[in-house]
Amino acid sequence: MAPAVRLREAVALAGRFPLLAGVSLEIDEGEVAHVRGPNGAGKTSLLRLCCGLVPLHSGEASVLGHDLAIDRRALRKHVGMLGHQSLLYEELTVEENLRYALRSFGLEIEQAGPAAARLGLAGRVSATPVGRLSAGQRRRTALAVLVARDPRLWLLDEPHAGLDQEGRELLDELIAESRAKGRTVLLCSHEHEHAAALSDRTVWLAGGQVVEEPASVA
Amino acid sequence: MLRDAWLVAGKDLRIEARSRVALNQVVPFAAAVILLFGLALGPDRSVLAPASAGLFWIAVLLSCLLATQRSFAVESADGARDGLRLSGLDPAGIFLGKAGAVVAELLVLEALLALGVAVLYGAHLTGGLVLAAVCVTATVGLAAVGIIYGAVASGLRVKETLLPLLFLPVAAPVLLAATKAWDEALAGTPSGGLGWLSLLAVFAVVYVTIGIVAFGPLLEES
Amino acid sequence: MTGSKVLKATGILALVGVAATAWLGLWVTPDAVGFPHGLVRLLYIHPPMAWVAFVAYGMAFLSSMLYLWPRTRHIRFDRMAGASAEVGVVFTGLTLATGSIWGRPTWGVWWTWDPLLTTTALLFVLYLGYLALRRVPGDPEVVARRSAIAALIAFVDVPVVYFSVSWWRSLHQAPTIDFTGRHLYVHGSMAWTLLLGFVSFTLAYAWLTAHRYRLAGLQDSEADEGLRYALDERRAEGLGPA
Repeated sequence: MAPAVRLREAVALAGRFPLLAGVSLEIDEGEVAHVRGPNGAGKTSLLRLCCGLVPLHSGEASVLGHDLAIDRRALRKHVGMLGHQSLLYEELTVEENLRYALRSFGLEIEQAGPAAARLGLAGRVSATPVGRLSAGQRRRTALAVLVARDPRLWLLDEPHAGLDQEGRELLDELIAESRAKGRTVLLCSHEHEHAAALSDRTVWLAGGQVVEEPASVA
Repeated sequence: MLRDAWLVAGKDLRIEARSRVALNQVVPFAAAVILLFGLALGPDRSVLAPASAGLFWIAVLLSCLLATQRSFAVESADGARDGLRLSGLDPAGIFLGKAGAVVAELLVLEALLALGVAVLYGAHLTGGLVLAAVCVTATVGLAAVGIIYGAVASGLRVKETLLPLLFLPVAAPVLLAATKAWDEALAGTPSGGLGWLSLLAVFAVVYVTIGIVAFGPLLEES
Repeated sequence: MTGSKVLKATGILALVGVAATAWLGLWVTPDAVGFPHGLVRLLYIHPPMAWVAFVAYGMAFLSSMLYLWPRTRHIRFDRMAGASAEVGVVFTGLTLATGSIWGRPTWGVWWTWDPLLTTTALLFVLYLGYLALRRVPGDPEVVARRSAIAALIAFVDVPVVYFSVSWWRSLHQAPTIDFTGRHLYVHGSMAWTLLLGFVSFTLAYAWLTAHRYRLAGLQDSEADEGLRYALDERRAEGLGPA
């Protein structure tokens, strides 16, 4: 099967600072990869590169068959990113945010209701503006957007952060489900055992590069 | 493109309807501006009435700056560009939608402001059709330039200071043309304003076109 | 480090040309009848300066378009646009200053809302904004993109500004501006001096812009050099104890 993510010596910069200093990596379609490394290793940057938010400075990068140097826009329909910022509209309700996200990708809005219900956001919560929700509920809303969209590539940056026990279990279920459906998942997490149990393999990052598994783990 | 524009405009206007920032902050700001002009120029209506068109349009220009800044502030705080780029929307559609929402907000503001000018400066609002046509065309041009520059400046740490410097000189011809057209209409010779109206139309067409073409390359940067 | 021989020759020619224009303009050409004493001598530098400013903005616009066009996209066009606009702003400032000096004895005021002068003043602030935007730090490609779009917006505004301002003035002709009965015939040595002025100021523009462009290139390669170190340093982080 063609690799979902294929990077060769990929360099990405913020100003003159190298976020990624030559990453070479292949992740097959349908794989769940746990991205691991110390703070500042370039984990978030790797995810941001994969959804075309950080431009490729040099090297080669293709995601789901789209070359990141030329068509980043066509790719975005198939990629879902859950980052530190939830990218939701505070004034809109959970329901409205879901519908807007689905419409903006040209998808039908039927999935909005079931997705909200799946994340435990049905009923009164779904009619509440996101600005009034707790951090955990916002996370759930952002996850509901992903579930409703069901993209081919899931980029999850510390998805467990801020979720309660029930939320975590739900998230684990969702990751297992998307894996079963053949989706590709890049999962950055500091909860190693947890993440390792969910993934097919572990990718170690340090200094903006892929490295061998270190002998001593920080 | 139009479908996306409609979606974005609807979303922006819905957020405005909920947060009421334009209504609770921008409208009182514009009211304060025309009150202050009155204080600066003195209570003499023979001074204020002839100047009312110019003062009205200065107030609109300043309000347009606030409205465009707000338009990018509603996109999630510091991730405005990230959100817009990840949204899967057509950049030209985003541009048209955001500009359209700003036009709608500013037109409401202009209606209120025109009333204020009539009451405070004693301007006679004659030639209503020309006045309204000028409002629409001038506002489309202003919103287009504002949204392009708003996107240029969004995400920069200096955006609050940079945006006015970029926006105001470009908007100078709009101020001039709209003021002159209003002057003609208020003086009871609305047909004299038609030439200025066509200049405003050219401005609006040019900058809407630039926005449609340039928004893609503009958003693709990080 | 003065660049190529052609550049050096351009610099020398520009210097000699400007000096010759000054000499011809101040001592050789006749004073004009009907104008305040000696004032006409501004004629040899004011229009050439204005010309250079417009050429510079045109060049900045062209380079920006070449940058935006995907097939010709290269960072050198961005450098060119920045270099040219900077020189343009300097010459716009000089045009405004000499215009003011012309205005004081001629019309009795330092400033008049003459269409050309007003357009020039608006251009001045327009391009000051452009340069301010250029100075905001960021990824070089990002800076180049947004600057190119700002240059497009600014340049398209120029004819609109000029047209609206001249229309405005033609409707409200101020009595202080009155050229009637004071036609200036540019002839003989005056014409030659003016032509020399145009040529040598254009050469000066080319020389200044080329140097500014070269300097920008050097700054970029210095930054690239820095990037190589930064990359090595970043990679070293990964090799150390994790």
